[in-house]
Amino acid sequence: MKPRHESGITRRDLLRAGAGTAAVTLMAGASPFGMVRMAFGSEKAQSFTFAYLSDAHLYVKSLNQKFVDSLVKGVQNVNDMDPPPDFVFFGGDLAQLGHPDELKLGKEILSGLKPKLHMMVGEHDWYLDMGEAWKGLFGPDRYSFDHKGIHFVVLNSVIVKDYWTPNNMTPEQRMLAMAQLDNPKGEAFSVGSEQRAWLEKDLKKVKPETPLVVFSHSPLYKLYRPWNFWTDDAEEVQKILSRFKIVTVFHGHTHQILTNRIGNITFHGFLSTAWPWPYAPTGMPKLSLQMDRPDPFFSTDGCGWGTIDMLGSGQADKTYQLWNRSPMKVTYQEIAAGTWPPAYAQGSSGPSY
Amino acid sequence: MKIKKGILTSFSITILISLGGYAYIALAHGQPHSEQDLKLFEMAYQKAVDQGYKLFHDSKLGTTGQSCDMCHPDAANTHPETYPKYQTQIKKVITLGEMINWCIINPLKGEALPLDSEKMIALEAYITNQRKGVPLAPGKH
Repeated sequence: MKPRHESGITRRDLLRAGAGTAAVTLMAGASPFGMVRMAFGSEKAQSFTFAYLSDAHLYVKSLNQKFVDSLVKGVQNVNDMDPPPDFVFFGGDLAQLGHPDELKLGKEILSGLKPKLHMMVGEHDWYLDMGEAWKGLFGPDRYSFDHKGIHFVVLNSVIVKDYWTPNNMTPEQRMLAMAQLDNPKGEAFSVGSEQRAWLEKDLKKVKPETPLVVFSHSPLYKLYRPWNFWTDDAEEVQKILSRFKIVTVFHGHTHQILTNRIGNITFHGFLSTAWPWPYAPTGMPKLSLQMDRPDPFFSTDGCGWGTIDMLGSGQADKTYQLWNRSPMKVTYQEIAAGTWPPAYAQGSSGPSY
Repeated sequence: MKIKKGILTSFSITILISLGGYAYIALAHGQPHSEQDLKLFEMAYQKAVDQGYKLFHDSKLGTTGQSCDMCHPDAANTHPETYPKYQTQIKKVITLGEMINWCIINPLKGEALPLDSEKMIALEAYITNQRKGVPLAPGKH
């Protein structure tokens, strides 16, 4: 039984009416909610836009104002979107060292967002207290939801093998080790067998033709192990997703413009509000157009946020909203047609400063 | 200046090298280094590289909590082989050490290190060591 809107109009009525712009406009005038805001079942995807903020890496305010200012700027940029996005997704690493004060500061800043917010955890949020403070503030680290005909899944992909107990590490030592990207002793990220079982169970109820969006902090493929641009059980997760025709994975962690496609799955990496990572020396996906090396003399160059246009087909176009450069849009059509990245840009990493 | 071969052989020039304050080696010019010498050189060098690695990953160089590795994992995008070079933003030719100090002063909000300090030499040793084998390309952009 579909919930009926207060105006007494169901989705079926709308479809019968033609579901065109004219009908939507007409109905919106008659409804206090506005038809564009109405969420229906999951039979057919509708187009909409959401915003992506990620990797704020907040320290406590007294120590580092710059990262605070950057996240505040990201929140303002999202709030300035016209029309507003359907929701905002935060891609993990809200805190730098997992401290409750860092996480609370982040929550306070994100509470300024006008649209609804969905949160995901990153390793910097997790490894001081194994997610206790984060979960207390934001809820479960894995969940799913449906929006306008698309099934969304949020994963905790930063699970690593316990190497702290055998080494008698304190929580602070564990956190510092996990916070070091180039830690030679670091263990590989994974989704883990227990969570994969949860994922399979969650997807059981979803039809294969329903477009699927998966959020993970680390890329759900293997790019470069020394920096954990990597998920160790990526193939197993991809296999679970292979039953679906349209799958898009959005991830944080890599702090850079990054695109990949494996089988039916398109992968999009997003920017950090705090700082850009260099590109990995090996393993770069062919679809990735590398942005020019960020200018260190411009403190937010290579940083920013993103917008995602979910198309009626269930596929996605993305736009990198770079703070010091023109926005960069990558369409699904270009990826599918093999025309991305453009020939002139291939093999170039741009000038150095 | 032309140096006669005979000078090097007739004068045994002895150089004292300090290795971290714990070893003094007398070297005679024209003599191949002994294996023990080479080991000691390597130890001294590796000591500087290791100290550089620690500093590079230590937020104490600055005051913002950040450390060098946060933007430069494994010293990526430091390209030491391109220095000295014309640094476009500073508008003059600078050395790697001067660029390291720029990073310490600006993003890290710390105090510049004297260019001949043990810490600066250690940072240069680590960063350059990470690019071992890459051809020198001074001035490159």
